[in-house]
Amino acid sequence: MNILVCIKQVPGTTEVNIDEETGVLLRNGVPSKMNPYDLYALECSLRLKKHYGGSVAVISMGPPQAEAIIKEAYMMGVDEGYLLTDMAFAGSDVYATAYALAQAIKTLPDVDCIICGMMTTDGDTAQVGPEIAEHLNIPHASYIKEIHEVHSDHIEVTMDMDKYAAEMKIKFPALLTVTSTIGTPRLPSYILGKKTEDKIVNRITLKDLNDQDPDHYGITGSPTQVIDIFPPDHTQISTTWEGTSKEIASNLADDLIHRKIVMR
Amino acid sequence: MAIIEIHQQQGKDLEEIAEVCPFDAITIIEDSLVITEACKMCKVCIKQYPEIFSLEEETSRSVLTDRYKGIAVIAEHHEGDLHPVTLELIGKARELGAPLGYRISVLIIGYEVGTLAEELLEYGVDTVVLYDHKALKDMLIEPYTNIIEEFIEEYRPSTVLVGGTSIGRSLAPRAAARVHTGLTADCTVLTMQPNGDLDQIRPAFGGNIMAHIRTPNHRPQFATVRCKIFDSPKKVEVKTGQIITKRPTVQQLKSRIEISSIHIKKKITSIEDAEILVAAGRAIRTPADMALIEKFAEAIGGMVAGTRPLIESGLIDPRRQIGLSGRTVKPKVIITCGISGSVQFVAGMKGSELIYAINTDPEASIFGLAHYRLVGDLYEIIPQCISQLQRGL
Ligand SMILES: Cc1cc2nc3c(=O)[nH]c(=O)nc-3n(C[C@H](O)[C@H](O)[C@H](O)COP(=O)(O)OP(=O)(O)OC[C@H]3O[C@@H](n4cnc5c(N)ncnc54)[C@H](O)[C@@H]3O)c2cc1C
Ligand SMILES: Cc1cc2nc3c(=O)[nH]c(=O)nc-3n(C[C@H](O)[C@H](O)[C@H](O)COP(=O)(O)OP(=O)(O)OC[C@H]3O[C@@H](n4cnc5c(N)ncnc54)[C@H](O)[C@@H]3O)c2cc1C
Repeated sequence: MNILVCIKQVPGTTEVNIDEETGVLLRNGVPSKMNPYDLYALECSLRLKKHYGGSVAVISMGPPQAEAIIKEAYMMGVDEGYLLTDMAFAGSDVYATAYALAQAIKTLPDVDCIICGMMTTDGDTAQVGPEIAEHLNIPHASYIKEIHEVHSDHIEVTMDMDKYAAEMKIKFPALLTVTSTIGTPRLPSYILGKKTEDKIVNRITLKDLNDQDPDHYGITGSPTQVIDIFPPDHTQISTTWEGTSKEIASNLADDLIHRKIVMR
Repeated sequence: MAIIEIHQQQGKDLEEIAEVCPFDAITIIEDSLVITEACKMCKVCIKQYPEIFSLEEETSRSVLTDRYKGIAVIAEHHEGDLHPVTLELIGKARELGAPLGYRISVLIIGYEVGTLAEELLEYGVDTVVLYDHKALKDMLIEPYTNIIEEFIEEYRPSTVLVGGTSIGRSLAPRAAARVHTGLTADCTVLTMQPNGDLDQIRPAFGGNIMAHIRTPNHRPQFATVRCKIFDSPKKVEVKTGQIITKRPTVQQLKSRIEISSIHIKKKITSIEDAEILVAAGRAIRTPADMALIEKFAEAIGGMVAGTRPLIESGLIDPRRQIGLSGRTVKPKVIITCGISGSVQFVAGMKGSELIYAINTDPEASIFGLAHYRLVGDLYEIIPQCISQLQRGL
């Protein structure tokens, strides 16, 4: 089975601040890292490869520095890595990101399965996987918590929904997003790191794609626009209720209802 | 919506031109000027260098807002009940749509869900579009997306709201991509401009920043919203809406996914997974005291947990101990009852989103951490609170 894993580079911490005057995101000098949820997608893929053979490749869209996470994937045992990078892709929202990734995937050797993380720690939308699948016109299933068996033309999985779990068969080619119950990610190996030190990361740019119209990518290709970012209202609640127990009790009851903790 | 076009000029001092932007949104990349996402459309650059920068109006904009009107909600249901988030979204849709005279439609897909369609009308929906078919009993991504696509083509809503549930978060992006539009995830604030543009505010970076997002040039504007963000609407006195029943085509029902079996989840049994916890401390001494805590937990839909002394006295199951030598919990809400707040206990619950503490001792260290400090006797406060909550129902 040949697998392609989508990985994204994210800020090393979510403890970002915003410069109140300029509105610029301050990342507090913490270096970037691989989206932690993508480690599960990698682990799952590497286990499938061990069991069923085939290959595991990774693709990431991002600036040239994102090469670092592809190198990291090599150290975990990934066979091939692709970095989709071009100024034309800057400022992409989910739609444009998924479109660019889908365009790039079409230029790669065919795979049976594309595996994504459940979500990222920065944009945090969980939407990229399903949108890639739509752009490629292949079936997808989100929140896969277990893979049971791989057959020549389909895969058997369990999908974890809020209120139920569904066992299903999905025809190849398919896209899955996996949860953290799929298996604890392995650490990058020093030995593999040495071995893959000089292994190249394949670059894909706009001119390698079928659709080379820059208007379909980046900010112009993005239906959503971030108008503004601002810090959340972190005013700490710090309230004391004293007085008669009746007063305290009704303060509590009212607050529980007001906050929809108790529904009525 | 307009965009700024750049007509590149040879031989000019690009640095100097880029300087003109008060927002530093003009950069130079490979000897060309580029406008970055920092652009606020202040148009200073156009005024200063009209030969380089020009405003390109997009004419399609008014066509879009004329063609797409109304607000649609994609309904979700489980085991014969509407999901509360669906009702909350209907309430929000009515509130947003009223000033614009927008009609509210709801799409419901399932099998034998006619009564749910009737129920939706009770919440003031104008049109319920119902696709009822055996093959649609459980969510199947391809048929469901096909149906949403047909619904959007026929009804042309300006905004589509979807619950931020595991189903919604899989379905909404697929459907939004199908109709080539934008989707804003997990919105916490939604307002609508007189022209129908939806202002969406959502948290990102694990809640450490908020983003204000618009989808100005595409319709419909898709948004997902999690449960309990908006209020449930009241039922209307007279139902005026109608149900339109549709038949899915064989083509629409085609699926490359086949569900072999469905397992309905049991209620949560571990305190780590509970959203609401009522934690009991040494002020609870007898099984009768414990019964009060259990009654309270039931009244607010929470689970009972406790400090180590309660485990030691056998009043609470060891799997429900919070703390250093117990479990670490991060519920949305925790109410501590007669707990002093030892470091070992606090280590297991300091990540709770909202903390209410009941304690007779105003100096109790738990009050240093609590958002709400209830200074008083739990045996008086809790029974009165329970009866207040029950009276309200
Ligand atoms: C504050 C903020 C809010 C935003 N809100 C929205 C919004 O509401 N709607 C919207 O359309 N855009 C939004 N964006 C833009 C969005 O974050 C980017 O489009 C981003 O490229 C992908 O979204 P994500 O990080 O949410 O990924 P997710 O959808 O959460 O990622 C899921 C999985 O997709 C794969 N994946 C994601 N990105 C890449 C990549 N670049 N390369 C390879 N694989 C990838 C990974 O496997 C990942 O685990 C927002 C951006 C910011 C900064
Ligand atoms: C190595 C180690 C590990 C430990 N691990 C844990 C652990 O994992 N979890 C844990 O909980 N503890 C743990 N402990 C024990 C911990 O140190 C405390 O002893 C314990 O948390 C105290 O529990 P409490 O708050 O219920 O009781 P107390 O400290 O006795 O507090 C009872 C509180 O109830 C108040 N009160 C009394 N009557 C009323 C009333 N009628 N109405 C309202 N308030 C009233 C009192 O003012 C008092 O503040 C550990 C200790 C050690 C040494």
